Amino acid sequence: MSIVTYLYAGAFYFATLILVLGVTRKIVIYARTPAPYKIPTTPAPTTKLGVVGRMFRETVLFESLFKASKWTWIFGWIFHFALLIVVIRHLRYFTEPVWVWVTILSPYGVYAGWAMLFGLSGLWGRRFFVDRVRYISAPSDHLMLILLLAIVSTGLMMKYVWHTDIVAVKAFFLGLMRFDLTPLPSDPLLLIHLGLVVVLMTIFPVSKLLHAPGVFFSPTRNQVDNSREFGHQGIQSS
Amino acid sequence: MKAEFTIPVVTNIPTIPSVVDGTMAHSRPFVAKSDHQSALGFPEELVEDWHDRALEKMKELLGKYRSLQVFMDSCVKCGACTDKCHYFLGTSDPKNMPVARQDLMRKVYRRYFTFAGKYFPWLVGAIDLTREVLEDWYSYYHQCSECRRCSVYCPYGIDTAEITMAGREILASVGIGQKYSNEIIGKVFKIGNNLGLPEPAMADTLLDLEEEIKEDTDIDVRLPLDDADAEVLLVTPSADFFAEPHVDGLIGYAKVFHQAGIPWTLSSHASEAANFGLFIGNDESMQKVAMRIREAALELGVKRIIVGECGHAWRVAYSYWNTLIGPFDFLDPNYPAPQHICEATYDLIEAGALKFDKEQNDDKVVTFHDSCNVSRGSRMGNVPGGQFIIPRALIKASCNHFIDMREDSIREGTYCCGGGGGLLTDDLTELRVKGALPRVQALHEVIEQYQVTHMAAICAICKSQFTKVLPFYSLGMDMIISVHQLVGDALVMGREQ
Repeated sequence: MSIVTYLYAGAFYFATLILVLGVTRKIVIYARTPAPYKIPTTPAPTTKLGVVGRMFRETVLFESLFKASKWTWIFGWIFHFALLIVVIRHLRYFTEPVWVWVTILSPYGVYAGWAMLFGLSGLWGRRFFVDRVRYISAPSDHLMLILLLAIVSTGLMMKYVWHTDIVAVKAFFLGLMRFDLTPLPSDPLLLIHLGLVVVLMTIFPVSKLLHAPGVFFSPTRNQVDNSREFGHQGIQSS
Repeated sequence: MKAEFTIPVVTNIPTIPSVVDGTMAHSRPFVAKSDHQSALGFPEELVEDWHDRALEKMKELLGKYRSLQVFMDSCVKCGACTDKCHYFLGTSDPKNMPVARQDLMRKVYRRYFTFAGKYFPWLVGAIDLTREVLEDWYSYYHQCSECRRCSVYCPYGIDTAEITMAGREILASVGIGQKYSNEIIGKVFKIGNNLGLPEPAMADTLLDLEEEIKEDTDIDVRLPLDDADAEVLLVTPSADFFAEPHVDGLIGYAKVFHQAGIPWTLSSHASEAANFGLFIGNDESMQKVAMRIREAALELGVKRIIVGECGHAWRVAYSYWNTLIGPFDFLDPNYPAPQHICEATYDLIEAGALKFDKEQNDDKVVTFHDSCNVSRGSRMGNVPGGQFIIPRALIKASCNHFIDMREDSIREGTYCCGGGGGLLTDDLTELRVKGALPRVQALHEVIEQYQVTHMAAICAICKSQFTKVLPFYSLGMDMIISVHQLVGDALVMGREQ
């Protein structure tokens, strides 16, 4: 087996460890930090079920962003929804036999790849063309979009231009999951694609990608507006 | 009105300004003097080891408030909030964009508390905590009125108010407090209210008001003080005892209680509903100020606590009191504890206990300014959004002519008056005038279109702020009135024949 296979196997184990431990650590910190006061942004739901509904609209429809800026919402929502479809399509590399619902959704993953490209380009464009967003953008904000665009582009190019041996790729990942290594094809595009995914996984817990777990812990969104009815002593306050 | 700065132009179509760096870098309120600081337990002046103590305080706050910890990590710089702050819209200063205001702290957080900022500061925009940074904090954390408008639009619910409060707490804890807020909190500790109005003066004022009502209506409406037979303790902002147009609101409350036959009282111990401890993000002060109200309620043996027209006071009462001074198991469980004066009046109207002669307000075309803390930090009634419905219902019950302003400028999207959050001080006049622009813009539209003559509000800060800034925009200072002035003027007094 080639050195490349060992290198990538090691990198994926490392990245998975960092991702899982890092995000878990953050979630534990968020959960353990007290929320001593009731601070939901009102009008807010007055029942727990209502909060579930608010969280659903926030995380699935991006309700607040929709209120804020239709352009950012269109680009952002398309990107995230397409990402979900693309991730589902990629599940076929990790399951054997492939789950039925994954098989059904997989064909849409190709369109979703293009949709991601569209959404990310729009989001990046805002960092140049809207002076307010330009002002607040740090190098890491641009790099994050470049990273995602590069992952999407290499993925699409493997689909349309330079194919790789996806059967071998699947064997590699199934092998990784069973601690039984098989050779990884050494096509440059594939190696770039996978290398960038490793980078994305590794930086997740130390970057703004923490918005993903963070939104669920946001007291302005996850608190029930019932301070007068039930009181709030700040011990637990989800 | 003459000013030493350029008054923003009210245009027909509201526009988002282009970014102009540093236009408000000079704006900073007076720093608290040593006795203002020591009264609140803060160091009297900038401490020598301010750098370490500021970071230590930040660490403490990150462990104390989930909001701060989550908000520091979650922002993706999407820009959704960038055009939502009235201070940005009025000043064009990019550091008044909510995300940039947060970033003043987030850059330091990243530098000292995150892996990326420790090892790759240039990449993530992390910076060292320097004196310049501290100065920037002082300037721009006093250009936020903690109105939470940005939190409505943030996809992660990031509330800049939480970060501003933390910023001010850190500043005060290294010796750089704000004079206006800290001096006022000191007055509450010492005398019992923001105005520093001692009990005899308060009693005199209330007697004068009783005489005034007697002259106007020929009816003996009482404004009792420390009455042990009362059922209701009314706590209201002390501006209601003194300032125009606030005092007409107080007269309105008195008329409502009189007409409904509810025995009520004010308290000389708890003669202030406002709680500036919220503004400076200091728990101890906030609790100490609030505790006077619990003490007064217990001592007077009242069954209900009702809060007068005051925005942040209602937020503190509604959302924070239970944590700070609860539980309220000694009060009558048939009423919400605490209750807003608008809720109390609304319930009486619903029960048919009050009659109105709306024609008394026929000289007015009224609009309503939703106050930020009521709209986005509290509720009235038992349905979400009751805080928008109930005050409007009171206005409609007492006026024939009511019209709402543009939809995105009211209810949950309401613009702050520009003077909230501890900024209602003359050393910040420029900021206050510029920050009022979005509200004035929306008001201007309904004046043009519907000949609106008055804007009603339920917040002492809003009332004082508009009285001061409307003349800068060539509008009358007496346009702003209390909701309970409208109620009181239209209320049919006396017993039915």
